[in-house]
Amino acid sequence: MKPARIQSVSLGALGFCGFVAAWWLLVHFEVWRFAKLPDPLSVVREWTSRNPQYGVSLFTPVYYQDIWASTVRVLIAFVLATVLGVPLGILLGWNRTAREFLFPLLELIRPIPPLAWVPLAILMLSGQQSAMIFLTWIAAFFATVLNTMLGVTSIDESYLRAAYSLGARKTDALWTVIVPGALPYVFTGLQIGMGVAWFSLVAGEMIAGETGLGYLILNSYVQLQTATIVIGMVTLGFVGFLSSAIIRWAGRRLMAWQSH
Amino acid sequence: MAVALARGALSLRGVGKVYDPGGLNVAAVEDWTLDIAPGEFVAVVGPSGCGKTTLLNGIAGFDPISAGEIVLDGETIASARRPALPGADRVVVFQNGALFPWKTVLDNVAYGPIVQRLKPRGQAREAALALLERVGLSDVADAYPAALSSGVQRRVEIVRALINDPRVLLLDEPFRALDALSKSVMHEQVLELYDATHKTVFFITHDLDEAIFLADRVVVSTTRPARVKQVLRVDLPRPRSRALIASEAFVDLKRRVAGAVHEEAQRAFALGERELA
Repeated sequence: MKPARIQSVSLGALGFCGFVAAWWLLVHFEVWRFAKLPDPLSVVREWTSRNPQYGVSLFTPVYYQDIWASTVRVLIAFVLATVLGVPLGILLGWNRTAREFLFPLLELIRPIPPLAWVPLAILMLSGQQSAMIFLTWIAAFFATVLNTMLGVTSIDESYLRAAYSLGARKTDALWTVIVPGALPYVFTGLQIGMGVAWFSLVAGEMIAGETGLGYLILNSYVQLQTATIVIGMVTLGFVGFLSSAIIRWAGRRLMAWQSH
Repeated sequence: MAVALARGALSLRGVGKVYDPGGLNVAAVEDWTLDIAPGEFVAVVGPSGCGKTTLLNGIAGFDPISAGEIVLDGETIASARRPALPGADRVVVFQNGALFPWKTVLDNVAYGPIVQRLKPRGQAREAALALLERVGLSDVADAYPAALSSGVQRRVEIVRALINDPRVLLLDEPFRALDALSKSVMHEQVLELYDATHKTVFFITHDLDEAIFLADRVVVSTTRPARVKQVLRVDLPRPRSRALIASEAFVDLKRRVAGAVHEEAQRAFALGERELA
């Protein structure tokens, strides 16, 4: 490893250890109300126990059922947000009439926090599953649409002119200039979308779920199983990080031209 | 094959362009007239913002003209009533470079023939590679533009234009952003490409050395509104070499062009016009 790399890795590890140590100290010496929290050791012990005190650990199927339930919801919502959001963003960025027609509406709906949709989502959609997917989708959708639109409008005019000058038709320009040109912004939108998707999902699961990590956390809170709460939170951190990493990786694969 | 008469006769007849931002009616170009022979290299010089690029955009079909007409090989391609449509018979090389950053050099060069459906993709790429080989650029065929120096980028962009066998090559200050050394290398390479293809070239610049060194005729355009102020024939033999720049004939030409351009630059300065082009 290069020295710079070693330094960055060890600094990162140091930060992590410092956080865990501070957590442990705060709980152990019962500083303020931290006494109510589980310390990191008991969380790890519970998490890795074959026979967990509160019934959720790496060795219990219910843990994976909750992860799976949440992941499926995020995945469905995210795919729908991408499939609907990217084309709409391109249309809005490219077609002035479409933009003037739809953009004010979008800008009015966008600021509505996903949680404000909860009652309507439950009324509109049959079943809690679709309601939760809807909440997750709506958050990711706006991030995707707006970033894609921004990506299209930020494309340098001379690329389009060059394309037309070289004999491209409008559809050629769409596929060879607009889409690849907007791609960096699209991926920024997907990153943000993935982040807000997990955010809304957990909120949705806490309100309307019977499975999933959000439900696990809230349910553990109700039952005062604090170690399980932290297990749920850390797991969310992991899956969130992993899903962002996958998008970043896909983005790098698709945009090799940027890495110079 | 039909007898290929010399292609690329470009006539600008009384071309005018009025911009109307908020009813201000700014005349950018007025009664601009010039006949360019097939295979002729014409350089247009003038102060920045004098409407040179406006003129080029009119020929390229990026912007409609508001008066006069533009005739290419006997066919009116643009008039006040009917703007030109962009097309591969008049390919533009841009001021700041417009190679597609998401395509490799090879795919950039093959782009024109592919989008015009002249050849299947594979054949178009083969032809592009062959052309790149011929001009000594095959080493960078698989590179993305961002990995290349701006000089090489500009060369690739010219090759990307030439592969379409355009009637006119429109160069919009293509070397503006290059340093003096890369510029002089580019000039020689442009001359090489020009000598090999003999395309009609409409070249916009404000670098007088560049204009005289490259062109058959140098057209001095007035400050806004742009009109033809002076046309100088450059009777320097081709192929031209760098040594020419120190020759008496070159210096004499430069003195004449510089005088005319300087007058216009002073007028532009006095008008306090902000740069448009």
